[in-house]
Amino acid sequence: MSLINSIFEQLLNGLRTGSIYALIALGYTMVYGIAKMINFAHGDIIMVGAYSLYVFTVLLGLHPVIAVILTIVVCSVLGIVIEKVAYKPLRNAPSLAVLITAIGMSYLLQNVALLIFKATPIPFASIISVPSLRLGSVTISGITIVTLVVTTISMIALTSFINNTKTGRAMRAVSEDKGAAELMGINVNKTISITFAIGSGLAAVAGILFICQYQSLQPTLGALPGIKAFVAAVLGGIGSIPGAMLGGIILGIIESLSKAYISTQLSDAIVFSTLVIVLLARPSGLLGKMKIEKV
Amino acid sequence: MKKNRKLIINGVLAVAVYVLVMVLVNTGMLTRQLMSLIIPCCTYTMLAVSLSLVVGFLGELSLGHAAFLSIGAYAGALVLKLELPIWIGLPAALLVGGAAAGILGVIIGMPVLRLRGDYLAIVTLGFGEIIKSVFNAMTPITGGAKGLSQIPLVTTYRNFTPVYILTVLTILVVAHLVNSRHGRAVCAIRDNYIAAEAVGIPVSRYKILAFVVAAVLAGMAGVVYAGNIGILKPTNFDYNTSIEILVMVVLGGMGNIGGTVAAALILRILPELLRNVSNYRMLIYAIALIAMMLFNNSSFKRTLVEKRNLRQAEKIQKEG
Repeated sequence: MSLINSIFEQLLNGLRTGSIYALIALGYTMVYGIAKMINFAHGDIIMVGAYSLYVFTVLLGLHPVIAVILTIVVCSVLGIVIEKVAYKPLRNAPSLAVLITAIGMSYLLQNVALLIFKATPIPFASIISVPSLRLGSVTISGITIVTLVVTTISMIALTSFINNTKTGRAMRAVSEDKGAAELMGINVNKTISITFAIGSGLAAVAGILFICQYQSLQPTLGALPGIKAFVAAVLGGIGSIPGAMLGGIILGIIESLSKAYISTQLSDAIVFSTLVIVLLARPSGLLGKMKIEKV
Repeated sequence: MKKNRKLIINGVLAVAVYVLVMVLVNTGMLTRQLMSLIIPCCTYTMLAVSLSLVVGFLGELSLGHAAFLSIGAYAGALVLKLELPIWIGLPAALLVGGAAAGILGVIIGMPVLRLRGDYLAIVTLGFGEIIKSVFNAMTPITGGAKGLSQIPLVTTYRNFTPVYILTVLTILVVAHLVNSRHGRAVCAIRDNYIAAEAVGIPVSRYKILAFVVAAVLAGMAGVVYAGNIGILKPTNFDYNTSIEILVMVVLGGMGNIGGTVAAALILRILPELLRNVSNYRMLIYAIALIAMMLFNNSSFKRTLVEKRNLRQAEKIQKEG
């Protein structure tokens, strides 16, 4: 009985981390779908989100709800600015040039944070104060509940936005064929900006949830979840939105189960091995579309 | 004739660099800080040149070059720790380090056959992280997170000669390979692998070949790294190291060995020269990276290049 309980608790833990990964992976996958680039700076948007929340709640003493909204706005605007300054001039450049620029952007964000906030970790008290829930003999912590509720809402909202609104349709059209979409009168630049804004906004939400869980701020805090989320996006099939959600959750569960029952040190190796094995079996991820190359 | 002249120029350059470094070291004109940079410059040159074989010539993005560096370093360090006499210990370490990295190269090379582009990039990144955490977990052999320490310091700047020879050899191997029949096949795969396959180039074999050669060279660089630094920790080989090497290859110009060497040297030495503004060091590096990429692809540069071409054409016309 206790084993079942512990497995259930680990599954919940995995679901919590996994849904945060999924939120970040959505940003990767949307940007990849539209701009065909790996946005390496995405992980650092999480960090910017975490620090802005700290600035708004602790330093400026704003109400948490206002602080959360402002954080999301800051990250969305930052996402748009990064795209306009660094990525837009390179839209027709070789993909490696864009990749290096994105890496440069990631270093830039980390080092600006390092200069402003210094390297020593800053403790941060969670702004989420929801009592934990007891289900039989299993305790579900408040943060888990909030994380699951928030991510579910975000995902439903995003899916319906992309499927049902005109902007969402424009985004799908641009990701399918940029040239044809432009001919149909879609403003490609605006659509790309919106995609970056939404992706960065989701990263801000992920950053808030992440920081409420780990309660310590560091300039490099976005790197690891960023890479894991990137793996999740590839696992699910990069470019596919349901794929990112699925990939994130699978990754989170594998990670927490292997941490609990196999080895903490090897959990990263297991996560990445899963990715390699999945890609060997399905070279474009779980839900990704196979691309047939024509001569 | 032209080829010979180029060869002679490069040979003279190599000897000149060697003499210059030896003179600078032996006359004590360098500060300790600069002396400690000599071997890292060689290691990173070897790493960047070997990676350029995969990225520049094969055209596949690899984000896990540090994995080859690390396995070579650990394998070589274990051999060096046997405390054999240096004239047998160092070659043995290089052999073992290179072989270990080569085997890993075959293992990592396999998925290369099935995956392309960004998917391949993430798999190589994944392999790098796997290797890192495996070394972290194998505490009895590798010392785990505490690191493998007390490696004999056999490749410090006092032993510059063998390291320099190895570096030159690395460059020679890659340059020669690239200019050979095999190298042309590799470039053909990069330019259009379907067409390459159609003219009968065994694509799979050449892809594995490129990966394994790059891995072996990086593994040897790892041995030099280990013998210079004396202690190995898994965190030394995270994906930032791989990216640092990749940046050298891209900044040097894809498929340009001379440029890659220059970029490796500049990117190793520049941060040390910026020590007194150490807080802003990485910030400057990041901004420079973005600016250079933007400049490389800007219309401004295109106009400059066009103007230069035009002037050259005019000159040729006048001469004619």
